[in-house]
Parts: sequence; C-alpha cells; structure tokens
Amino acid sequence: MAVQFSEEKLNKVKEIIARYPEGKHKSALIPVLHLAQESFGGWLSAETMDYVASLLQITPIEVYEVATFYSMFNMQPVGKYLFEVCQTGPCMISGSDQIIDYIKKKLGIGVGETTADGLFTLKTVECLGACGYAPMMQLGKHFREHLTPEKVDAIIEECRAKAN
Amino acid sequence: MARKLLLDKAHIENIRYYDVYRANGGYAAAEKVFKGMSPEQVVEEVKKSGLRGRGGAGFPTGLKWSFLAKPEGVPRYLVCNADESEPGTFKDRYLMEFLPHLLIEGLLISSFALGAHRTYIYIRGEYAWIPDILEEAIEEAKRNNWLGKNIQGTGYDLEIYVQRGAGAYICGEETALIESLEGKRGNPRIKPPFPAVKGLWESPTVVNNVETLAAVVPIINIGGEEYAKIGIGKSTGTKLISACGNINKPGVYEIGMDISVEEFIYSDEYCGGIANGKRLKACIPGGSSVPILPANLLLKTAKGEPRMMTYEGLNDGGFVTGSMLGSGGFIVLDEDQCVVRNTLTLARFYHHESCGQCSPCREGTGWMKRVLNNIENGKGKMSDIDLLWDIQRKIEGNTICPLGDAAAWPIAAAIRHFRDEFEWHVLNPEECLKRNYGLAHYADPLPVPAAVAAAV
Ligand SMILES: Cc1cc2nc3c(=O)[nH]c(=O)nc-3n(C[C@H](O)[C@H](O)[C@H](O)COP(=O)(O)O)c2cc1C
Ligand code: SF4
Ligand code: FES
Repeated sequence: MAVQFSEEKLNKVKEIIARYPEGKHKSALIPVLHLAQESFGGWLSAETMDYVASLLQITPIEVYEVATFYSMFNMQPVGKYLFEVCQTGPCMISGSDQIIDYIKKKLGIGVGETTADGLFTLKTVECLGACGYAPMMQLGKHFREHLTPEKVDAIIEECRAKAN
Repeated sequence: MARKLLLDKAHIENIRYYDVYRANGGYAAAEKVFKGMSPEQVVEEVKKSGLRGRGGAGFPTGLKWSFLAKPEGVPRYLVCNADESEPGTFKDRYLMEFLPHLLIEGLLISSFALGAHRTYIYIRGEYAWIPDILEEAIEEAKRNNWLGKNIQGTGYDLEIYVQRGAGAYICGEETALIESLEGKRGNPRIKPPFPAVKGLWESPTVVNNVETLAAVVPIINIGGEEYAKIGIGKSTGTKLISACGNINKPGVYEIGMDISVEEFIYSDEYCGGIANGKRLKACIPGGSSVPILPANLLLKTAKGEPRMMTYEGLNDGGFVTGSMLGSGGFIVLDEDQCVVRNTLTLARFYHHESCGQCSPCREGTGWMKRVLNNIENGKGKMSDIDLLWDIQRKIEGNTICPLGDAAAWPIAAAIRHFRDEFEWHVLNPEECLKRNYGLAHYADPLPVPAAVAAAV
C-alpha cells in the first residue's frame, strides 16, 4: 500500500496547518499523525511517519520522537478492533480485573495479543476519564461503559458482524 | 437544593446547540462584557469572585491573569486545559459534552480579558468524539458572530481551535501541554520562565482548566461579589465533583463549597451512600494524586470537627491527617477494597506516565511499582514497607515538575494510614492472595486513633 493521503485528507491537513500562525506548522504534527494512523491501517509504520515528515517539512526524527512518546500511537500493527480496557484504581475497585479476565478467556488471548483472525487486540490502558461509569473500555472513537460479561459478548458479536 | 451556576441548565434538552443555549440566557455574559466592560474590568470581576483554578492547584485565577506579560507587538495566548487525565476526574468531559457553548462563552470572555486572538482547547486524545461537538459549537458561534472577525461590532477578533493530544497524562502539566501543542514530546519545561512570560511559541500564555474558564460566565452574569458569597472563606463559588468508586450514584455533581463530606457521600442529592449496603473504608477526595484518607479522618478532622468539601476543609491537618480538594476527583473505597492493590494501580499509573526526564521520578516510580507488586502478590518483606517510604521521600521535591510529588504522595498516605494492611500482606503471603484485609479499625464511626490525633 503506497502511503498517500487522498485529496480530501490533504485538504484536511491544510486546514489543520492554518490553525497556527505562519511558520508554526510543526504544531500540526500530532493532529496529522492521528489522521495518518486512521488512514493507514491503525498504526504508524516507518513509511507512514516519513510521509508525515515530508508533508510537514520536518525531519523524520522529529516525527519518530513524538510518535513514540504518546500512548495512542501504535508502533505495531493491531487487530481491526482494539479493546483498550482501563485498569487504574477507580476502574479496578469497580471490577475491571474481572472484565479483563473475561475478555482474555473469551478471545483466548493475553494482554497485548491479537486473535489469530486479526480481528481483536486486547490492551490495558490507564484512566480514560470515565471512572464513574466503570468498568469501561475504549473501542475506536467511543467509550463502552458499565461493562458486564454480557455487554462484552454483545460488543464482540457486534464487531464480528461488522467485519463480515 | 444547592445553588447551581454551571450545571443549572444541563438538563435542558438540546442545550448543546446554540439556539437553545441562547434562548436560555446563553451569551448574556458576553453581551454584558461587550456592552460596556473593559478587559481590565473583567479581570477585576474575576479577582473579586475569589475564583481559584479548578485544574488541581487552586491558584487564584484573577491573580494569574494579572501576571500575564503584555509586551508591545507580541501576541498573547489563552490555552484551555482539557487534558483531564487525573484518575478519578471526569468533570471537564461532562461540561464539554453537554454544555459546549458555556465553555466557548467562557473562552470568549477570558480571551477578551487577556487580549488573546487565538485560543486553543487542548483536549486529551482519548476523548475522541468531543472535538466534533466542540467544533460544531464553534461553527455555530461563528455564524452568530460570537467568534471570528469584528465580534458583535466591537472590532475584537477571536478564533478558537481544538487540538487533540494523543495519550499522555503529563500533557496536563501546563508547560508539557505547551510543548505538545508545539508538536513535540510532552516534556515539562524548567520554570522560570513561566508561561505568563514565555509560553506558547515563546509568547505570554495563560493556561486554565475547562471548569475555571466556564465559571467566568456565571461570575460575569451575577458579579464577582455575589459569586464570592457562595462557599466558605477562600473556597468561593461552586465546584464540580466527579464521584466514583463504590457509591450508589457515581457521576458529576456541582456543589456549593459549603457542605460537609458526610453530606456529599450520604445524601441522596449527591453520592447516595455506599453501594450494596457496605461500609465506607477510605476515600481519595481530589483525584489520584492527593492523599488517601481512612473513613474516620475523612468524615471528621483530627480535631473531631465535621470535614467540609472546601480547599481548606479537605486540607485540614495537612498531610498528616488531611488531604486536598485537587481536581475534584472523588474516589470512594468500600470495606471490600484492598488499599495495597489500589496503591499499586496508582504507582503503575505514575510510572507509565512519567516523561522520564528526571531520574528520581523515572526510576523511583518504577521501583515503587515493583515493590508494591511484590507486597500485593505475597512476595514482600517487612523492610519493603520502609523501602517504599524511603523512595517516595527521595522523589518528592527533587524533580522538574510536580508529577514526581503526585506519584509520591499517594504512597506516603497509604503507608501512613494503612500500614497494618501492608504488614498483613507481608505476614500472610498466602491469605492475601485469597481475600482482602477488610475494614480493621478505619471505618466510621470509630474515633481517630489517639496516636494520630496527638501528632497534629
Ligand atoms: C502531572 C500534572 C497533570 C496535570 N493535569 C491537568 C489536567 O489534566 N487538567 C488541568 O486543568 N490541569 C492539570 N494540571 C495542572 C496544570 O499544570 C495547571 O496548573 C492548570 O491547568 C491551571 O489551570 P487552573 O489554574 O485553571 O486550574 C496538571 C498538573 C500536573 C503537574
Ligand atoms: S517529574 Fe517526572 S514527569 Fe515531571 S519532568 Fe520529571 S520525569 Fe518528567
Ligand atoms: S480509572 Fe478507569 S476510566 Fe478512570
């Protein structure tokens, strides 16, 4: 897959750069990396990062050092559906350990692993700002809150149906 | 019912949209400002209100604004801190999701007061759906000439932009946030220079929390003096508290800062008591960085007075027998919870979030995590408890930014108040894997242990 934004996305990049004063286009880096990750398979390959560097006219190392600092940028391929389950204190005291165990068993994978069919990756993350609606996980753009084993089953079914 | 100033209209259907917000008194404060207030008068009003920063540190907002340098010909910036990543805290999310125009109106008035023409909302990357809500509201405000050029015919120009982070608690620290907004790693800067002098792109910058900036709207509407009448002493106005953990009604509440902790936990208006008929064991009242308190010290101060939900009330007794209001992230633990395990999750959190610039923070948080992991899993030694105490002491005060302190305090407080629970883990390595320590002597209504009271 050649790494190249569509016309529409290139316009989006221009729009992002216009948010900053003249000459401060490096500020566009994190927003453009989000766009790149969404567009090129859910992770940032070296090729993708080099492309972003060339677009913003900065050096590749400036992109690598930023991409590796932030936990939302995936440095390796992930499954089509990434389950990011919060495990920090407030979620833990509300039962996140049990939910993580349930997902592990249900999908037959450990934390950080992807199912053989490439559909699901399980990740544990730190507080996502949903502590009052725990246990919870992030799935794509949205949060899934008040998780129970039944809800987890339904989410897995929903993803499988969407993937077909 | 307590007086509500921020969430009073949150229940109105479609208040998210401009027309509904406007029809319900929205942009009246901005109108008032543009009809006859100078930027200095706005700052004065905020000073009079006694408003203190709602992001955690509680620094007086009016005073902070008056520190902003104003060199000729150099742009000034306002940055809204919507990074909200302190465990237990989810109040800013609520404001942005349900009342985006309240924030935009607050940003408009505050930007005008500071002389800023470009204002950024830096929002944590995981709140991925909220930028759409904010950007839609910004568009609406622009169409109605509350943003853009020559706002309401006053000649004042302002653009507001939303910038997403990408998963880093440290970017909530204001200088790390500025670095991140400049497209770099979120490494906190050494201060001075302070952002008020050299901030975003080396220009004078004010960074304020979402709730702080939203509170400017009611302050202008009712006047600073009226706002200051709510609350006790230097804790003026209303505060959003995000309550979570083992309570009947987790959620976001607006309190007047004049109620007791007991009322907040047990009344039906707020948390509605401890869930499942259990008893209260402990609470972290202001976000994960503040000291945990056992129930007896939470409900009453060491002097035996009711503890109040104010900056001073929660701080009563200092770090020996008190805690802090912090960001208002109120985490409640019932009798079944394990303090060691809870502390371990927090140590892991800070280790994960350390930016790695200072060795006491980078190495110390990793050590604390490993030692706690051993104790929690029945592999600890008695000397590990003292080791933990020693490590946290070596981090506190020896780092570039306050994340080091924030990592040290929860551990110090857990050992200070729950040492026998840590010892029990060491002495019962097998049993601690199967059950939790329980309440011991911490629960309400047992009195404060004499030794602690004497230490105050
Ligand atoms: C590690 C760390 C994380 C922080 N996270 C946040 C945050 O998520 N939101 C916030 O408003 N302030 C946060 N702060 C405080 C900010 O540095 C700053 O004091 C605050 O945004 C100022 O706004 P205020 O005066 O309106 O409270 C954090 C501070 C530290 C040291
Ligand atoms: S205290 Fe920790 S987070 Fe703060 S600058 Fe030092 S290493 Fe980074
Ligand atoms: S602790 Fe899980 S969302 Fe905050």
